[in-house]
Amino acid sequence: MTTVLERPRTRVKTRSKPVRRYGERPSIAYLFLSPWVVGAVFLTAGPMVWLLYLSFTDYDLFTAPRWVGLDNYVRMLTVDPHFWNAVWATTKFVVISVPAQLIAALGVAMLINRRSRAQGFYRSAFYAPSLLGASVSVALVWRVIFHDWIGHPDRALLALVLLAVWQFGAPMVIFLAGLQQIPQEYYDAAAVDGAGPWRTFLRITVPMLSPVIFFNLVLDTIRAFQVFTGAYVVSNGTGGPSDSTLFYTLYLYEKGFVEFKMGYASAMSWFLLLVIALITALLFRTAKGWVFYSGDES
Amino acid sequence: MSRRLWHPAVILLLIPLLYPIVWLAFASFKSGSEIVQSLALLPEEWILDNYRALGDDLAGVPAWTFFVNSTIVAASCAIANVASCSLAAYAFARLRFRLRTPLFAFTLATIMLPVHIVTIPQYSLFQKLGMVDTFWPLILPKLLATDAFFIFLMVQFMRTIPRELDEAARLDGCGSIRIFSSVVLPLVRPALVTTAIFTFIWTWNDFFTQLIYLSSPENLTLPLALRLFIDTTDYNAFGPMLALSALAIVPILLFFAAFQRLLVEGFATSGLKG
Repeated sequence: MTTVLERPRTRVKTRSKPVRRYGERPSIAYLFLSPWVVGAVFLTAGPMVWLLYLSFTDYDLFTAPRWVGLDNYVRMLTVDPHFWNAVWATTKFVVISVPAQLIAALGVAMLINRRSRAQGFYRSAFYAPSLLGASVSVALVWRVIFHDWIGHPDRALLALVLLAVWQFGAPMVIFLAGLQQIPQEYYDAAAVDGAGPWRTFLRITVPMLSPVIFFNLVLDTIRAFQVFTGAYVVSNGTGGPSDSTLFYTLYLYEKGFVEFKMGYASAMSWFLLLVIALITALLFRTAKGWVFYSGDES
Repeated sequence: MSRRLWHPAVILLLIPLLYPIVWLAFASFKSGSEIVQSLALLPEEWILDNYRALGDDLAGVPAWTFFVNSTIVAASCAIANVASCSLAAYAFARLRFRLRTPLFAFTLATIMLPVHIVTIPQYSLFQKLGMVDTFWPLILPKLLATDAFFIFLMVQFMRTIPRELDEAARLDGCGSIRIFSSVVLPLVRPALVTTAIFTFIWTWNDFFTQLIYLSSPENLTLPLALRLFIDTTDYNAFGPMLALSALAIVPILLFFAAFQRLLVEGFATSGLKG
């Protein structure tokens, strides 16, 4: 470390060469980046490539992977009924919980968005469940409070949707910051024109907020696909009753880390990645139609 | 809505929202049978047995072990994340190198990468390294800056620092390392604290990774200790389960009380300035 520290001093002393605008040799940048590079190669990029290979094998973690070609994918897509149950349960969860959470987040953000000393307190109070909701503690509370619902397939899923919606504080905070960027003059002008609250909401708030709505929609959708803790705790790790809370990640965990069918679980992982990539791409495509950026950002 | 109606309306909304947490606090003083039989907030009879029961061993180790383990893991991850992410963020935000754009794009893309995707190959790697059932698989990824969200957060902060400060420091003879440690780091302290607290809380809460890697009773963290109660049908275990649940969220509430402004704003700004 010290040798690197000395170097620039000697350069400045010579004075003949002007100091380069953005620092020293580029190798300094790679020095700063070295932990990141090791992580990216061995813990992110490398594993993804290896995962692809594993998905074509039979692998139990203890003996060497055995190549089986497309077997895992074929079994997953055509034979295994639990797989499609998991896809269906996750789809229902995402489709119900994401819009519900965003509507709650936007509603509360608009409610508390007014000049007041209490706003800071309210903002924090509504945000608190976002930090607690991911814990096993709260999942256990849910299990006790919704005890009567857990035995029933539809209601068990609904209890988990409620747990997700309850954590609307994170997108709410982002909505609130977005709302505060909208110039008050727009609302004043709308009031002068005699626009009602609904019209003002549709013509000013939604378009002005659309980049933030889009941002929250993308992040929340990706997050919802990964739901795990609540479903594990509420169903004792079984995904019951009758697979209604067998979310994709729960089934993936069961296949990989309970049954040690790592090849199969790898194929499931790749499928999840493809689905998330596809849905993100679709969201970005539709965004062109409804997300508006004001002039300064284009 | 008139100002006079506003406060009651907001508070009316807050009550059901915070009810589960308040319920947990009170329920931890109820008997097991009362917990399942009534949803009333206050205990009919206040008892301390649930907390006393935590003095006994759970899975063969004293209950405080889980707190120590969770603290070691969460604190190490917090420190590791701050150190590694700030180094990477400085390179991305302030230095010029040829691969900067593609590498930063890769980092941003991994924010969206579900943790479950890399879990299987990572597990297999850590197994080969003999690290399964140790804390290393939980800490090492943080030490190697795989938490792209926080790199992004710090880059956002570092970009707001005027370049003139770097240039002045450079003219004074400082190299990049000196500028990083004496100019940039002190100026982005809010981002560093936000990263540390968030990492601590998220690691403290994390269940999936710890479930996969830790198995010996003496290595269990709090979420895993709570899992021991999951399949219980024994009413008598409900009380201690909720007592441990309540204790497990105390550190989060304390951090939240101390840093709520920083946390809430950190979340809002990191989300928005993209």
